[in-house]
Amino acid sequence: MKPRNLSMLLAAGIVLTAAGCGSDSGAQKAADTKPGTAAADAPVTITVGCQPPKSNPLERAAWDEDVAAFQKLHPNITIESKDAFPCINPDTFQAKLAGGTMEDVFYVYFTDVQKIIAAGQAADISPYVSSVTRLGDLRPDVMSVFKSGDKTYGLPRTNYSTGLVYNRKLFAQAGLDPNSPPKTWAEVQEAAKKIAALGPGHVGFGEYSAGNTGGWHFTASLYGRGGEMVGPDGRTAAFNSPEGKAVLENLKKMRWTDNSMGAKQLLQWEDLMRMMGGGKLGMMIGAPDVVQSVNNDFKGKFDDYGVTALPEAKASLSGGDGYLFNPKATPEKIKAGLLWLEFHELTPDQGQFNYERNKGQGRPVGLPTPDLYGDTAPGKQIVETRKKFATVPVEHFAPYAEASTTIQNKIEPPRAQELYAILDVAMSAVLTRQDADIDKLLADAEAKANKVLAKSS
Amino acid sequence: MTTMTVKGSRRRDPGGFRRGLRRNLTAYGFLCGALICFAFFSWYPMVREIILSFQQTNFVDEPTWVGLDNFRTVIDDAAFADAWINTAAFTGLALVFGYVVPFAAAIILNELRHAKAYLRFVVYLPVMLPPAVGVLLFKWFYDPGPGLFNQILDLVNIPALSWLDSTDTALVSLVAVSTWMNMGTGTLIYLAALQSIPGELYEAAELDGAGLFKRIWHVTIPQTKLILLVMLLLQIVATMQVFIEPYLMTGGGPENATLTVAYLMYQYAFNFGDFGAGGALGLMLMVVLMVFSAFYLRISRDNQS
Repeated sequence: MKPRNLSMLLAAGIVLTAAGCGSDSGAQKAADTKPGTAAADAPVTITVGCQPPKSNPLERAAWDEDVAAFQKLHPNITIESKDAFPCINPDTFQAKLAGGTMEDVFYVYFTDVQKIIAAGQAADISPYVSSVTRLGDLRPDVMSVFKSGDKTYGLPRTNYSTGLVYNRKLFAQAGLDPNSPPKTWAEVQEAAKKIAALGPGHVGFGEYSAGNTGGWHFTASLYGRGGEMVGPDGRTAAFNSPEGKAVLENLKKMRWTDNSMGAKQLLQWEDLMRMMGGGKLGMMIGAPDVVQSVNNDFKGKFDDYGVTALPEAKASLSGGDGYLFNPKATPEKIKAGLLWLEFHELTPDQGQFNYERNKGQGRPVGLPTPDLYGDTAPGKQIVETRKKFATVPVEHFAPYAEASTTIQNKIEPPRAQELYAILDVAMSAVLTRQDADIDKLLADAEAKANKVLAKSS
Repeated sequence: MTTMTVKGSRRRDPGGFRRGLRRNLTAYGFLCGALICFAFFSWYPMVREIILSFQQTNFVDEPTWVGLDNFRTVIDDAAFADAWINTAAFTGLALVFGYVVPFAAAIILNELRHAKAYLRFVVYLPVMLPPAVGVLLFKWFYDPGPGLFNQILDLVNIPALSWLDSTDTALVSLVAVSTWMNMGTGTLIYLAALQSIPGELYEAAELDGAGLFKRIWHVTIPQTKLILLVMLLLQIVATMQVFIEPYLMTGGGPENATLTVAYLMYQYAFNFGDFGAGGALGLMLMVVLMVFSAFYLRISRDNQS
């Protein structure tokens, strides 16, 4: 074992970046530009995260084109794009913040938004956000991700709810009808058995159980069955319930009685994508973005996959991403950032919704995500244009799109990552041990979760 | 007394001091670089980490002092005990494998007459692999389906094992990876120590009728005692910080069976966003490691004197 002093590395990461922060004091900048004193068109430069990386030339070209168009509209604003892949990395997030290198408008997953707000690491944009003309049309459940109390901290970029991703090719091979995907968990079990029976290496249904992803998907399944992760006050765990038990019992049956989940477990995010792309995995919990990833990064083909609603769904875990603002950003920067976000992320037929250009570039168009507006006027306009320029078989995603209009989206629980880490234990137990005692696992997890939640303010 | 006189005379001769300084200027220059690097990259972060473990910070506002709260948080965590037990078990197992295997390999290499250089290279090869590559390679070896290890077991009609997917075997499986990846370095160090043993000792032992094992017991081990002890301590210090294997292979599972202190620290700092608690856990680990490091320094000093 090579000496790896992780404790020092950990501190080094923080400290090195902290050492570099002296020159970029946000507090100083804030003092320089007092709210309301600067002229409306005073020059302002903002850094914005998540410019597509050079390895993705088409998306990058589109982004740069949009930046140029935006700057033409607002000559006083300069956008400094910051690229990264992935756009956010938990390992560097805190270090960037500590070192003063965090973008003024920074990218974030839904999963982390509440944690960042609670830690005081995002600016309150409530006084400025009313400038966003379509704010009232945004889905309230999506906007709730970016709110705490009556304050707003950010805006969404994408939104999706969890469904069931399935491999249409394998469905056909197993004698199942790809146009009639499972609607109940019993049907999922049956389909999984048939797919697993196709031969060695075939997995009917895949599920996560490590690196906090197990707890994340437990939550998705629990919400789908109508369960709750925490009680109404957010201070006690609520997953030790008939719904929670049903989630684990279903997995236990598929894993050990039906043998339809494959032998290899402790799977994490990338593992299921790779299995999907490799064409040996029949079904998994996921949203259309899974198909996009499988197509872009894991050698799968759009045509081979479909997405339907989560079986028996009563609610659906909502995911997605968006932007928060640096707590040290000046009001001018926040206002400029909001203008950019509205231009690029929230306007139909423009920026990310410029489907005509996307089609022209040969990029896939037609997935029923993101869904930021629901059934409002801009939402309808987006759906209309998307249909007009679609390049992927939209009918493969129709059951998902249909269901997402009626199924309630639910955001992640408080202290999500801590709860997910706790529930990884239950998920991994059920998937790796035939004699796992579900009641005990849930009771243990509940006791641990209560301890964590009791600390919530 | 002689030393005193010399020191005294130097102090009275500033020209001599300056000459000495000038003569060693290059050496001091090099030393400065190293010292600055150490101070900047090792000592300062260490001090910051200690401070951090008593603070709550969001890296935006001024940190607040919270006394021992961070320590209470991590000690109160149900995973805390698991992490320490697993770390201790990993270290213990790593000693059994990682200590004995390279030593045995070094003895075998030392005994060989042919292909010595080639085999030395082969043994050292895994050390040159980036750890992530080694880990991913073993992930495939351990695959319960088409994995190499189960295929080998199948050849000899032994039922397949779950390797990483069972609480019984997961930790041992990680130790095996760690041993494989790092045994090259240990083997070469042991080999160097073995080669410094005078050949006459073995000849004398052989004349006395000692077989291979007696020769190892009565000549090799006593002659390499010091290096064995030093390696033991270094091994303990290094393996207690195990992180990359559970991080890349098991995510701490199944059922926290491979959750180590370093991995839990990572979870706190980067997944839960609680750097104070992560720092507290890091400080605890550091204190434990310092005990072993103190032994190591003591042995090194004794040996030098």
